[in-house]
This record gives sequence, C-alpha cells and structure tokens, in this order.
Amino acid sequence: MAEVAAMSHDLSYDLTIPVTGHDFLRAGEAASRIKKVLQALNLPPQVIRRASISAYEAEMNIIIHAYRGQLALKVTPEALTLVAEDEGPGIQNIDLAMQEGYSTAPDEIREMGFGAGMGLPNMKKSADRLTITSTVGQGTRVEIVIQLS
Amino acid sequence: MRLSEVVKILQAEVLVPAADMEREVLTACGADLMSDVLAFSKERTLLLTGLTTPQVVRTAEIIDLAGIVFVRGKRPGPEVLELARAQSLPLMLTRFPMYESCGLLFQAGLGGCMLGRGGGHEP
Repeated sequence: MAEVAAMSHDLSYDLTIPVTGHDFLRAGEAASRIKKVLQALNLPPQVIRRASISAYEAEMNIIIHAYRGQLALKVTPEALTLVAEDEGPGIQNIDLAMQEGYSTAPDEIREMGFGAGMGLPNMKKSADRLTITSTVGQGTRVEIVIQLS
Repeated sequence: MRLSEVVKILQAEVLVPAADMEREVLTACGADLMSDVLAFSKERTLLLTGLTTPQVVRTAEIIDLAGIVFVRGKRPGPEVLELARAQSLPLMLTRFPMYESCGLLFQAGLGGCMLGRGGGHEP
C-alpha cells in the first residue's frame, strides 16, 4: 500500500497511511502524521483534537487486532472523514464492542495502556458520525465524520 | 503551577527538560490507561503515570499534554526519552507512588480535570 497525499484544486485534502498489525514500536506514528497535517491545514483546535484522538484509537485497534490496514483522511470544506480499514479477524458483535469496558485484547496490550474497551466508545465520543462495518474472518471498516461547516 | 514547582514538590528527577521549566501546567491527571487520558484530559494537563511505554509519549503528543511524571520510580527506556526529546515533551521521574504524588500536587494547588483547583478546594 503506497502512501498518498494530494491537495486537489477543489480545496480537499487526501492522505492514506498504511498501518501494520502488531507493530507496537511505531504505534501512534500514523495518528501523529494526521495531527500534523490537520495543524498545517489550520483547522480549529477542537477539531484537530477530536480527529487526532479518533485516529490514534483507530490506529491502535488495527495494530492490536488486525494483520494490516490503513488510515485514510479526507478533508473538504464541509467535513473531515477518517476511514480505518483493516484485514483481520473482524468484530463478532459490534454492539458489544461499542460498550465501554468490553474488550477482546490480550493482557500484554493492557500493559501498554490500551485494550480496556474504550477505543470505539472514545471514537464515538469524538465523532459527529461513526459507522462500523465488519465481516468476521475478513476485516473491519470504521468511518468517522466530523462536520466542519 | 510551574513545571519547576512540580519537580520540587515531587523531588523529581528531570529526564527530559522542557524548553521552559517555568511554563505553567493548568491541571493534572493520574492514569495508567491511555484511552482514559485521551477521553478525559484537558489541554496543558500534566500526566502522572506508572506506564513507561512509547505509547505514553504518543498520547501526550496527540492531546498536547504539558508533561509526564513517571511515578513509583519507574524509569522509561532510551526510546521513550528519545521520542520525548524529539517533541520537546518534559519527562520527570519521582520515587513517590501514584496516590502520594497526586496528593502532593493537589495539596499544593494543582487541580484536576473535574473538580478544578486543589489545595483547600471546598467541594
């Protein structure tokens, strides 16, 4: 998966960053890059904060649970959209996964300060709209939208 | 409260200094769960934690924490120090446990994310 960054003429911005499953050493790098881009785009601080938190939780989810995936950011004058897509085990029960405190992460993830079942609830709290689709045995797609106008 | 006061109160070792140790921190929180820090902390918050993984520094970067105090004498590895230096994120180390560290700072007037100001705060 190649990294793509483009600023097109209609003032929209696209960036796709690959994320590797279980690469804990680099965990947070994708979210950090997204934050820097949003700062460069001069978006309001609260939008940057909400989007960065979502990006970090989404990145951690891919690293914890999936084999590989990517974070795709799209910014238009109307909205910021973040799509986290992965190839992985998928989510058995999305309603259960959305509950605070529910987690299928192993203990070594908890020792890193994650995997306590707060990731998806945190993303929901940060987003204006959160959409999750998942196929067990194939992967998961999480879309986060933050309205800008 | 200034970072230099935090260092004094917690008898802390400065692992990575801030560009300006006289910089003010507005609130503090104590947590080992980074998702909770992401969910509840405000800007220019000082984080007290017993966790020493690179994810702590990443969390600080994502939500602009004012600095990190490692409690119970837990010393982070060189990769954590390097990551913090690259971001000019101050790191401190205290031998006090979490409860005492939080208590000392609160007593000295550094409030939390919910109740606000410490030191003589009337509930």
